[in-house]
Amino acid sequence: MDKFTKLTSSAIPLEIENIDTDQIIPARFLKATDKKGFGENVFRDWRFDKNGNVNTEFPLNDKKFSGTILVAGDNFGCGSSREHAAWAVHGYGIKVVVSSFFADIFKGNALNNGVLPVQVSPSFLKSIFEEIKKNPDTKIEVDLEGQTITVLSSQQSESFEINSYKKTCLINGYDDIDFLVSMKEEVEAFEKARVE
Amino acid sequence: MKKTLFDKVWDAHVVKEMKDKQQILYIDKHLIHEVTSPQAFNELEQRGIPIFRPKQIVATADHNTPTQDQHLPVKDEMSRNQLNQLNENCSKNNITLYDLGHKYNGIAHVMSPELGITQPGMTMVCGDSHTSTHGAFGTIAFGIGTSQVAQVFASQSLLLQKPKSLRITVNGKLKPGVLPKDVILYIIAKLGTNSGTGYFCEYAGTVFEDMSMEGRMTVCNMSIEMGARGGMIAPDETTFNYIKGREFAPKGDEFNKKVAYWKTLPTDEGAAFDQEYHFDAEDIEPMITFGTNPGMGIKINESIPTEDNASFEKSLAYMDFQKGQSLIDQRVNYVFIGSCTNGRIEDFRAAAKFIEGKVKADHVTAWFVPGSQQVAKQIEEEGLKDIFEQAGFQLRQPGCSACLAMNDDKIPEGEYCVSTSNRNFEGRQGQGARTILASPLVAAATAINGKIIDITKQFD
Repeated sequence: MDKFTKLTSSAIPLEIENIDTDQIIPARFLKATDKKGFGENVFRDWRFDKNGNVNTEFPLNDKKFSGTILVAGDNFGCGSSREHAAWAVHGYGIKVVVSSFFADIFKGNALNNGVLPVQVSPSFLKSIFEEIKKNPDTKIEVDLEGQTITVLSSQQSESFEINSYKKTCLINGYDDIDFLVSMKEEVEAFEKARVE
Repeated sequence: MKKTLFDKVWDAHVVKEMKDKQQILYIDKHLIHEVTSPQAFNELEQRGIPIFRPKQIVATADHNTPTQDQHLPVKDEMSRNQLNQLNENCSKNNITLYDLGHKYNGIAHVMSPELGITQPGMTMVCGDSHTSTHGAFGTIAFGIGTSQVAQVFASQSLLLQKPKSLRITVNGKLKPGVLPKDVILYIIAKLGTNSGTGYFCEYAGTVFEDMSMEGRMTVCNMSIEMGARGGMIAPDETTFNYIKGREFAPKGDEFNKKVAYWKTLPTDEGAAFDQEYHFDAEDIEPMITFGTNPGMGIKINESIPTEDNASFEKSLAYMDFQKGQSLIDQRVNYVFIGSCTNGRIEDFRAAAKFIEGKVKADHVTAWFVPGSQQVAKQIEEEGLKDIFEQAGFQLRQPGCSACLAMNDDKIPEGEYCVSTSNRNFEGRQGQGARTILASPLVAAATAINGKIIDITKQFD
């Protein structure tokens, strides 16, 4: 898994609420048996029409926006448990998703793929969108160790929550598998105790 | 200390408490399917980690399967490859697989309960968000991502933080024509799509007590549509009677011992929840959705609300509906009855009851897709298939089908589909398709009339 400590980047604004995982990666792209290539199809049906023509108005296609931070409306990632959504976001090159609310499963999937979900207050989210509107090059700094997000132009800053275990995992690029395998004896003891 | 149903089941599965509120939770049953498992198998293989408890895993092919000519090789190469991989992975790792054509094949959340695999007091996971379905049995069941599928493969456990508790109580008697699907669509319309996020929900009250297991599964299934990872209903005689005698249910003395334990699971009188909501059965009417998330629902004879919000307007524009519009008499060309929400025998009985003696509207294409081989068999045995065929409907073979349209069962661009599935997201049933969620009764009435009708008038 990718390590994450600190990032400064411009951001791509997606001012839409309730973006579900079917929008992030439509089901017809879930036929692959590896994790590669999903980035090409992230937000496929918003980025392209059915004939494959580029929708230039969609922020990901709008040349004035760039960067590795995605700023999205409330309740990002609702719907299906498909981790393909996190692979698609990651595969596109996004390292941080900022929203005022994340759906549970997406949040966990993102963290398991080195993508940091940063939950901010609705008013802070609004101000980020406004800053980007004023200046699409607005730089945002995300500091995982300090758990802060700062809009550099306005110096507006907010702290964000993250579970300390998950934080350690991200900083070091660890995932849960090795940890859980190391707990094998405890799991076996639990199984044994239940039978008795 | 007084405990909730959720507390009792959760606490009984904690292997170890870690720091920062993290807990290792033991998983009793792991259901897998072709779409969200291959990368997890690869991950373990690459790391040289064996599958820890293959006997606690049950696999089925459901998401990416055709609903016609299942005896023939699957046409689409990528789909065929994905199904082959599931087959190879299962045989390599000694995992039971109900492959296409097997008498137990079906949608994971239909197959497992009907085989008696799902039992009260268990913890169950699956790489599918509608795993919440199994909560109908008083089971902690929730959807997981593929990284977590790999974790369960490797350790039969997950590292989690215990969710908060929520209880939704609905008391009273449901009106005629109001089905379990209407109850959950009503709840989500009232509470919104993220009200349950971070919570595990218990459904309580006489409405759920009076419901069949099929109805309870429909309700718990859609818990995730309000953001809750899972939904649960206390096990009772209805639950025990449903499980008794099923293929993998405990038998004889073992069954009686289990029932004695299951009876201890319901929430203690006076146990506290982090959040509670109450509704009256009398307020619930047949529901339909008008927008692009399951919370955008109205009573069938209500008008679309007027809300000034860009996301709301985007949603209506996608659906080509106007604020204030009624959906009664809306022409509909497609109807889908099926999915893990409403693909069980009771759903087809409800549809058949309405359809019997009537004929399908000429312009409607309707797909009736049983949730499993067993449901298909029951449909035939109960004579429902004849009723459907006489009305001009064709029964398909089991699978997830047009609920997520990974296979060929896609609704064409711009078309409306009244669907008994669980999600009306943009493009969910095919690129540009417009989904209207409803109960099997409303779906059947739409298929017969070729338009949405005010079903409540049939019961006045």
